Amino acid sequence: MPPRLNIVVPVKRVIDYAIKPRVNAAKNIVETNGVKFSLNPFCEIAVEEAVRLRESNKDLVESITLVSAGSAKAQDALRSGLAMGADKAALIECPGIDDSKLLSLEPLAVAKLLKAYVDKSGANLVIMGKQAIDDDANQTGQMLAGLLNWSQATNASKVDVAEDGTVSVTREVDGGSETLAAKLPMVITTDLRLNVPRYTKLQDIMKAKKKKTDKLSPADLGVDITPRLETVSLADPPKRVGGAKVDSVDSLISKLKEVGAI
Amino acid sequence: MRTTLRAVRAVSARRVGSLATAKPALRTAPFLASAAAGFRVEAATALLQSCGRRNYSAAVTKVVRPTAEMYPEIVRDARFGELTAADVEYFKSILPESAILQDDQDLSGYNIDSMRKYNGQSRLVLKPRTTEEVSKIMKHCGERKLAVVPQGGNTGLVGGSVPVFDEIVISLANMNKIRSFDEVSGIIVVDAGCILEATDSFLAEHGYIFPLDLGAKGSCHIGGNVATNAGGLRLLRYGSLHGSVLGVEAVMADGTVVNGLGKLRKDNTGYDIKQLFIGSEGTLGVITGVSVLCPKRSKVVNVAFFGLDSYEKVQQAFVKAKSELGEVLSAFEFMDRESQIQVARFSELRRPLDEQHNFYVLVETSGSNREHDDEKLQNYLEGLMESEIIDDGVVAQDETQLKNIWTWREGIPESLARTGGVYKYDVSIPLEDLYLMVEDCRARLIEKGYEIGTEASNIVSVVGYGHLGDGNLHLNVAVKSYDKAIEKVLEPWVYEWIQKRQGSISAEHGLGFAKRPFLKYSKDQSMINLMKQVKEIYDPNGIMNPYKYI
Repeated sequence: MPPRLNIVVPVKRVIDYAIKPRVNAAKNIVETNGVKFSLNPFCEIAVEEAVRLRESNKDLVESITLVSAGSAKAQDALRSGLAMGADKAALIECPGIDDSKLLSLEPLAVAKLLKAYVDKSGANLVIMGKQAIDDDANQTGQMLAGLLNWSQATNASKVDVAEDGTVSVTREVDGGSETLAAKLPMVITTDLRLNVPRYTKLQDIMKAKKKKTDKLSPADLGVDITPRLETVSLADPPKRVGGAKVDSVDSLISKLKEVGAI
Repeated sequence: MRTTLRAVRAVSARRVGSLATAKPALRTAPFLASAAAGFRVEAATALLQSCGRRNYSAAVTKVVRPTAEMYPEIVRDARFGELTAADVEYFKSILPESAILQDDQDLSGYNIDSMRKYNGQSRLVLKPRTTEEVSKIMKHCGERKLAVVPQGGNTGLVGGSVPVFDEIVISLANMNKIRSFDEVSGIIVVDAGCILEATDSFLAEHGYIFPLDLGAKGSCHIGGNVATNAGGLRLLRYGSLHGSVLGVEAVMADGTVVNGLGKLRKDNTGYDIKQLFIGSEGTLGVITGVSVLCPKRSKVVNVAFFGLDSYEKVQQAFVKAKSELGEVLSAFEFMDRESQIQVARFSELRRPLDEQHNFYVLVETSGSNREHDDEKLQNYLEGLMESEIIDDGVVAQDETQLKNIWTWREGIPESLARTGGVYKYDVSIPLEDLYLMVEDCRARLIEKGYEIGTEASNIVSVVGYGHLGDGNLHLNVAVKSYDKAIEKVLEPWVYEWIQKRQGSISAEHGLGFAKRPFLKYSKDQSMINLMKQVKEIYDPNGIMNPYKYI
């Protein structure tokens, strides 16, 4: 019988994946006014994986706890995760952080907050998205494992927990896949291929309303979240220039020559 | 068809492009093509796009027999002139060479309809770029009594946009400019050949929405939508084109240009002639331009999808939706179990509900205040759960899920068409009897000795789905191949069934060629006589889209 898992799943509220982000007129923040926010897709996969571990073996998982750091609105991300099947949640409300300033909550600060929270919670497994699709840092998981001094397996595409408590994680690497095995405690970060998250059922949304969310502050956890980076400028990606039609092979060749392609 | 496909490709390239650039994180993830979340998005896009294309590839190898051969009772009208080299020379004098198609391969896409049921024998396709060019073409055709078929995206479902014999096809594909848009009033004036989806994307950039949306949006033209009075998914919220179209510019059979491009909401000055063109299906004139009143695009859209046990409960859910969602309700679509089984056969997407249900409903709300809408939807859904009207349900948590859920409704025609052929009935029936029609249809086929859905049977599935909010049912009989014997079992039985309940034999697809003999089941003889008189006045030689319903 493997040790019972107490899983912490850190989640983040980000601009919806299907929405095209725009830089504001002052070129200093990504426009967030009236923009739809959702649970970060990689976090969604992490929650799904935790719930699946429980579904695959009822006795294996003792608890699934979500934790999110940010503004009070991060509650939305927690609610989505609770409706997917997590048991409880914690919201680390960071003063001075709102939607437009989400990028100033940096990976190292988040990793420190998570470390303090995980230490307190007595968890033995962290499953989290490999990156948030807003800053695309792909750092928090690794930093957290380093701070906790736990084993880490990033970019997971398959997770197995053996009888003796060894966790094997298959991860996609250039040219194939690699399987890592380690004893708990451990940090796993999720890649896209790990699973397809479920749709959230109505009864689960209703049940989620009754689940508990603890509120904490960085001060409670003894972490300083002052940004260490300065955003110098923000710019939209260059606009794609439309193509043109040519009516003969000759004109195609001359066009190609014109742009120096041949 | 070549042009149509090219247009679709252009649209799809753009859409994929925007998805790929939206979030670099997902694009740079390894093995994106099949990576889980990435795959969800791509599969959804692919399915949506193929819906727009209306199953062009699935049956592409199958030869479509000429309509004239399939329907020997229809004979070519001897009054019409025959196309001569001199006619073509004349057209060459007014149009550039690229706007004149005569090659067999080029023509087939314009001769064959999107259902691949009808195949005309036109020898000439003209693609004018301006209203003036259309006028010159029609003047010549009028003088020479050459019959014509105006054609938009050729996505029609009743064979109305393709020729039967040698009618000249006038394709509006090259008239695709947005003429003007007023940001204050929301009135857009477009060329008839503007593609619906492209126009809607243009409006989206300005915060507006086209009041019409339908599965073929990636290919269909607005002129064609107006000519066929298309209904679609937004009718429940924004009403029919008879209300939102403010003006029509058309070229008559003798080349006269009718300038009715009004931009007024209120205009009580005599007969509202433009209404005649809406739903005329090309039998009165060629629509070349349209002005449309567009509503503001809703900032907040929610979608829920749920499973129900009986049609009775579907109706209860609808009544509750009207009272509890009220002004934010923007779609109420229902689907039966069979239709979802068919979509699941071809979809790579996860089904929204794990267990099977007899009926499914998709509810969409559109509003301007997220908290307000969320709360309304939440209360509505909780009420449904508590009163046990629904068995199970899900709510889209993000835009990707929202789009994916829609594919379970929009993907039905596409997945049915993949089986071979589809007998489509698009009917309006009083709500309480709506689904009875599907059950009766199954019973009738079985009674006549047909098996449904077995390995050996030609009939793959009999499904019902549609815009419940509008009392509009789509009864589809999917077959491996079209069979006259099956057609005879279904028709005119279907139409008689509808007539008994004072329904309409065509709620939104129109009549075209397919429903030509059945008009009498929905319209009284005195009405048909009036329609004929109108036709006689505007098109005395009958050259506009002949052999169709009138």
